[in-house]
Parts: sequence; C-alpha cells; structure tokens
Amino acid sequence: MDDELAISVRGLRKAYGDNVAVAGVDLDVHRGEVFALLGPNGAGKTTTVEILEGYRHRDAGEVSVLGADPAHPDADWRSRVGIVLQGTGEFDELTVAEVIRHFSGFYPDADDPDKVIERVGLADKAKARTHTLSGGQKRRLDVALGIIGRPELLFLDEPTTGFDPEARREFWELIRDLAAAGTTIVLTTHYLDEAEALADRVGVIAGGRLVEVAAPNRLGNRQEALATVSWRTPDGTLESAQSATPTALVADLATRFGGEVPGLTVTRPTLEDVYLKMIGHAR
Amino acid sequence: MTTTTKPASAVAAPRGQRPNAGALALRQGRLEITQFLRSRESVVFTMGFPIIMILIFASIFDGTIGGGVKFTQYFITGMIATGLMTVSFQNLGIWIPIERDRGVLKRYRGTPMPKWVWFAGKVIMVVAIGIAETALLLAVAVALFDLDLPGTAGKWFTFGWVAVLGVTACTLCGIAISSLARTARSGSAVVTPVALVLQFISGVFFVFTDLPTWMQQVAALFPLKWMCQGLRSVFLPESFGAQEPGGSFELGRVAVVLALWCVIGVVLCLTTFRWTTKRDG
Repeated sequence: MDDELAISVRGLRKAYGDNVAVAGVDLDVHRGEVFALLGPNGAGKTTTVEILEGYRHRDAGEVSVLGADPAHPDADWRSRVGIVLQGTGEFDELTVAEVIRHFSGFYPDADDPDKVIERVGLADKAKARTHTLSGGQKRRLDVALGIIGRPELLFLDEPTTGFDPEARREFWELIRDLAAAGTTIVLTTHYLDEAEALADRVGVIAGGRLVEVAAPNRLGNRQEALATVSWRTPDGTLESAQSATPTALVADLATRFGGEVPGLTVTRPTLEDVYLKMIGHAR
Repeated sequence: MTTTTKPASAVAAPRGQRPNAGALALRQGRLEITQFLRSRESVVFTMGFPIIMILIFASIFDGTIGGGVKFTQYFITGMIATGLMTVSFQNLGIWIPIERDRGVLKRYRGTPMPKWVWFAGKVIMVVAIGIAETALLLAVAVALFDLDLPGTAGKWFTFGWVAVLGVTACTLCGIAISSLARTARSGSAVVTPVALVLQFISGVFFVFTDLPTWMQQVAALFPLKWMCQGLRSVFLPESFGAQEPGGSFELGRVAVVLALWCVIGVVLCLTTFRWTTKRDG
C-alpha cells in the first residue's frame, strides 16, 4: 500500500438488516491531511468512520488504516489512532484531571495530561466532577481523551456539536495546531463552515455514497460554475441570466440601460448551494 | 512512512515503552474502587444492605434452631454469603450495563488498553470491597450478636476458599448477566429478582431444611446455596452438619458446584460479553 496514505478504502459496504448504511465507498486520505466527511444525518458518516476506527465490522470492501486492517485492531495500532466518538462516555464519579490522567497511562507516548487539559480549555475545570460539566465542556473532555495518546491519526465524529461560536473558533485553532504538527485528521460534520474552515479536502456523503471529494472551494466545480446575473427591467420585473462571462453581460446591460442597471446582482453558487444540490441528487 | 506531505513531528517522535500491563491492572482497580466509593447508591446498597438485614432479622428472630444453634448465627452466615454475592453478582450486573450505556466501555475499547485489564480492574474492585464488607459484617455480628469467629486455621482456610470460589463464580456470572440488560436502567431489573429469589430459596432468610424439597433441589443448582452451606461449616458447630440435607456440610460438593459455576461463568462471559449496546453496533 501507498505509504503516503493514512487511509485507503475501496468498495466499502455495510448494511443493518435491509437498511444499507454504506453503499460502496472509495476513499483515500493522505498523511498529514485534514479530511472532512460532510453529509446530512443518516448519510452513513458515523458508520463509515466507526468501521475505520475498528468499532464496526464491514460487510464488504477493502480498508486500510495506518497500514493495517481496522477489523483486527492491535494495541500498537490503537495507540496510534485517536478517537473522539459522537456519543460521550461519561465517568460521572471522576474529575476531569483523573480521567485524563488515567487514560494517559494506556499510551506508550502520551502527552502531559496537564498540558492537554490546558490545551482543550478545561484548566479551570480540572478538579470538577465530569457530571458537572456543560455539554460543550464534556465535548472538550472527549477531545482531550482523543489526543492524549498523541495519535498519528485522529478521528472526530461531529466534534463541535453543542459548542457556542467562540468555543468552536477555539476548537478550530486546536485542530489547526494538531494538523500543523503532522496529525492526520478525519472529521465528520454537518456544518459547512466547519468543513470549509478546517479541511484540505471535503468528501460529501449522502445515501451511503461518497458523491464528491474535492477541496472546499472546488466542490461541485464551484469556481467554474456559471454566474447568475439578475437585474430589474424598466417595467419592474426581475430578470436573470446564467453566464460564463458575467462581466461582458454587465457591460452590455450598462450600455442598454445607459448607465446604472437597476437591482443588479452577480452571484456564484455558495458552498451551501452546491452541497444542497449534491445531497438532493443523491436522495 | 518516510515520505510525508507535511512536517510530521507527531509521526516521527520516538515511541515510548508499552505500559506495564500489571501496573495498568492495578491502576484500573484503583480507579474502579474510587468510582465505587464515590457513588453513594452503590455504597449504601452493596455495603449497607446486608448489615441492615442482619440488624432487622436478628432482632426479630431470637430462637434456636436445634443443635444449640441460635437462628442469628445461622442467619449471619447466610448474610455473609449474600454480601459476597451482592458485591460481585449484583454490583457488576447493575453497573456494567450503566457503563455500557454511557459509552464508557466503548471508549475503553478505543484505547490500546488490553481488554483483560478492564476485567482485572473489576475483579480487584470486587475483591477489595468484598473483603471490606465481610470484615464489617463480622465486626457487627461479633459485637452485637456474639458470633463466634472460626477457632482453627482449618476453618479459616475453608472460609477463604469458599469465599474465593463463590466470589469468582458470582463475579463471572455478574459480568455475563450484564449483557442481558439492554439499557442502563434495566440492569437492576434483570439482576435484583434473580438475587432475591436465590436468597429466599438458598437458606439465607429461612433455615434451608425447612424449605420444601423441590425448592431445595432448585436452589442446589445455583451457587448461593453452596456458599451458605460452606460458610455454615465455618461458623456453626461440627455437629450441626448432621442437620444439613446431605447429612454433612459436604465441602467436597461445595467446591465442585462452585468450580462448575466458575466454568459456566467463563464460558458465558467469553460468548456473550458486549463492549457496546445493541443499537450501537
């Protein structure tokens, strides 16, 4: 297998009874890359990621994660993979510091627990019982447990659910730091801005299939997409035209109107437009 | 792994030694004990229940049951056995589903911790709490109800092996039965009736030989009856053995049945144990 690939997936399939959750996914994630799996709820994001994490068994397909088959995880492989699950595993009776310190003991090359607590922004909660934390703070604890072993590859399943805007920004900084240090990161999200802000590449998953993989600004050929020019005609109705050369069209309109064009707008599809179109097609 | 697209300090960093598994197990045990002691319900329920029962029963029934043995003495041996079962079977059967439901077990599975370390942590917790609880029960029984402690090394030895075998069997069965509960709440609904019925038919609340024969025969299939009988051989006079259903304390049979339950427990654990809930893959 290619040494530059952290993850390689071919023909991945998984069904629960009659419900096909993953219907043939091919995917490559390069080492050092931040890859976002974007898709609506029920699209197959979590199933895909949990197969890669070694939690679920696949029905068919080839999967290699850090050079090994995650269906048979060993301790060495586990110590190189960090996991932030979607559901939190709560240790109600323990404090933040106790949990993080305990988990650091499982890893051969663990980070300093105090440093990690600081890094995820829980320093003033270190001595608090975990059941007293807010939803966002619990999520930070999850992230802390995901990175305590200094993983080469970090999975984050909807990591910022329950975060306020400021906490999300802080979290994004943390992810950028980890990526800059060479950690390969695979995150699932249904927030477009999160995928756009963090990911080198985005895979859009819908109906169990990967409908497109591209850099966020190239998704759905967004840059080459036709621009929509719209304006108001003298009798007041709104007119619009799709154009590959919007500048020429605007110049033409300006001549026709003899100056200012009423109600003129020029738009290209936003990431959201492109995304909604893609998942709409897959449904 | 030599070519990477970005600077890869996290990848290139030298990996340390794998943590020592024995030390991990001890740490896990310490964590489990901490969690147990901080959870008020489990302390009250597990530690308090047998003591409260002794105080109540011993105050109500003060007659003798033949052979010069007071009912209190008989009942205390049953409560020691019950205490050992509570701390292992009920404790695990109720708590493991809660931890499974909370996702705690799933989280452990995502770490390089060897699987057996988690089980070892539970066993260490059960043993530590079991010893503390038994000591407490003995202290209360000696102080308030004139229980005679075993007078010979041989009896202490019997006490030791009956307790170890009984706790082992109950621990394994507690881990096994935890997989029957589908949600956090149902653990107690699954385990408590089983435990309660066993207590009634195994000679904890009543003198075993006073029970209907068919009930005695059902009880003889399960470990608690044999734990009680083994402990009676430790705390009651030798002569009382003649009043047991088999005409003696049958220590050989006690050992065989409890050992058999250990085997059954291991097989059930290995075949049924789940780290995640059903809905969770």
